[in-house]
Amino acid sequence: MTSSPDNTAAVQLRDITVRLGGRTVLENLSLDIPRGKVTAVMGPSGAGKTTVLRLITRQIRPDAGSVQVGDVKVERLKGRELGRFRRNLGVLLQNGALFTDLTCFDNVALPLREHTQLPEALIRRLVLIKLQTVGLRGAAEMYPRELSGGMNRRVAMARAMALDPDIMLYDEPFAGLDPISLGVSLRLIREINHAQQSTSIVITHDVEEVAQLADFCHIIANRKLIASGPPAELHDSEHPLVRQFMRGEPDGPVAFHYPAGDLAEQMLAGRTQ
Amino acid sequence: MNTPIRSGSGMLTPVRNMGRALVFLFKAILRMRATRLQVAETLRQLYFAGVRSLVIIVTCGFFVGLVLTLQSYDALARFGAADATSTLLALSLFRELGPVLTAILFAGRAGTSITAEIGLMRATEQLDALDLMAIDPMERIVQPRLIAGLIAVPALVVVFNVMALLGGVVYAVFLMGTDPIVFWGNIQNAVELGRDFGHGMGKSVVFGLVASWLAVYFGWTAKPTGEGVALATTQTVIATAIVVLFLDFVMSALML
Repeated sequence: MTSSPDNTAAVQLRDITVRLGGRTVLENLSLDIPRGKVTAVMGPSGAGKTTVLRLITRQIRPDAGSVQVGDVKVERLKGRELGRFRRNLGVLLQNGALFTDLTCFDNVALPLREHTQLPEALIRRLVLIKLQTVGLRGAAEMYPRELSGGMNRRVAMARAMALDPDIMLYDEPFAGLDPISLGVSLRLIREINHAQQSTSIVITHDVEEVAQLADFCHIIANRKLIASGPPAELHDSEHPLVRQFMRGEPDGPVAFHYPAGDLAEQMLAGRTQ
Repeated sequence: MNTPIRSGSGMLTPVRNMGRALVFLFKAILRMRATRLQVAETLRQLYFAGVRSLVIIVTCGFFVGLVLTLQSYDALARFGAADATSTLLALSLFRELGPVLTAILFAGRAGTSITAEIGLMRATEQLDALDLMAIDPMERIVQPRLIAGLIAVPALVVVFNVMALLGGVVYAVFLMGTDPIVFWGNIQNAVELGRDFGHGMGKSVVFGLVASWLAVYFGWTAKPTGEGVALATTQTVIATAIVVLFLDFVMSALML
């Protein structure tokens, strides 16, 4: 345990380098996640956003640098310490990852039954409160296969906040949602952050939604942090990569075409490589 | 220059995989915990792996007994030893056929479903979700299925043997007119509880562990794609059949 040099940051990444499968995913990246705020980590596909989430949850360790959550040096955690640390995290994975053989009620009750000694009657009330928060108390006895993708994610949200964690992490929470589900998800993330007084980290590439949701924003591209600030400020940025990303322009530093040889030469050669 | 290295690494792959599978089994055993939730989950898995395998075990057991009696009765009758049919049936069932066939049928029915279930849990991030909730997937997913297989296979062997004997009774007693007292009396005289029935049950415990271990291992290591899960289920059946037949030979040789 070491003391945090910056008390306003809930999460600090310092000089992080990550290599996966021989490829450098993040290089010398440093960023802070402010406490009590909704922070978006954005960037083009494959930029390393989910890697940031996996670093914070200690699913992977950095090849260099450190990850600090509160006073805890995350990369050093293992065994029971890691278990205790993860009980303070609520993670919403991209597809919800609900257990298909359990009802929505049992899915939300699972962390409470595993990690607390609460009587079943109290667990029942807590689960119903969580499901009420996400608007799915009426679906408590239904199985995930009976619900839509958006509803599944809301149940997963209820499960993620079952133990009232200090930090909530959302991995692409808006991917594939219809406009109504999207609006509901936006409102819920805000409300959960406010009601639980937690810190929320949203991994996403949805620029419009971030403008409505996030207090603060980091943009990762080309393995590095290229910009940080409130969404409105980033929207007006003159940085070419930030501008291309925030405005969704096809031309810019991020090329449309994957690197390839000369087209005419390849066509005449009659082969793909 | 590269050829010897390639062939060497190709030969090492099965050995490395076997080592990984053994490490996986030891990890699962070392992390065993008997909580209320674990017991409940084990009972649930026992239902899925054991009770739901009953149909195939009962059906196959009956027909194996029927056809085994048919063939052995025909052969023994040529030497005037038709009365020994029940002895041959009981000994071959208790010592070899019961445990081996039940384990292979278990791998085909329950093992493949365990592999596919765990493989899909990996593909849909359910195992990651458990890990992130500080719930050990090894404890929550692997252990109950291992223990359920360990209990289910010996119980299913008993059912298989009973049904096969019933098949034998149907052919020998009802169709061929063997005296039921001779049929059951010969079994009683020839079968030793410890040496024949006991050794068979010992084998069934080992085969139960092997069948459930390989099923969870191949599910756990399946690539998180449709093709990966399909390959893993196939591997479960093939590997279980080979390992069970090999161990059956080794154990039979040691027990004789």
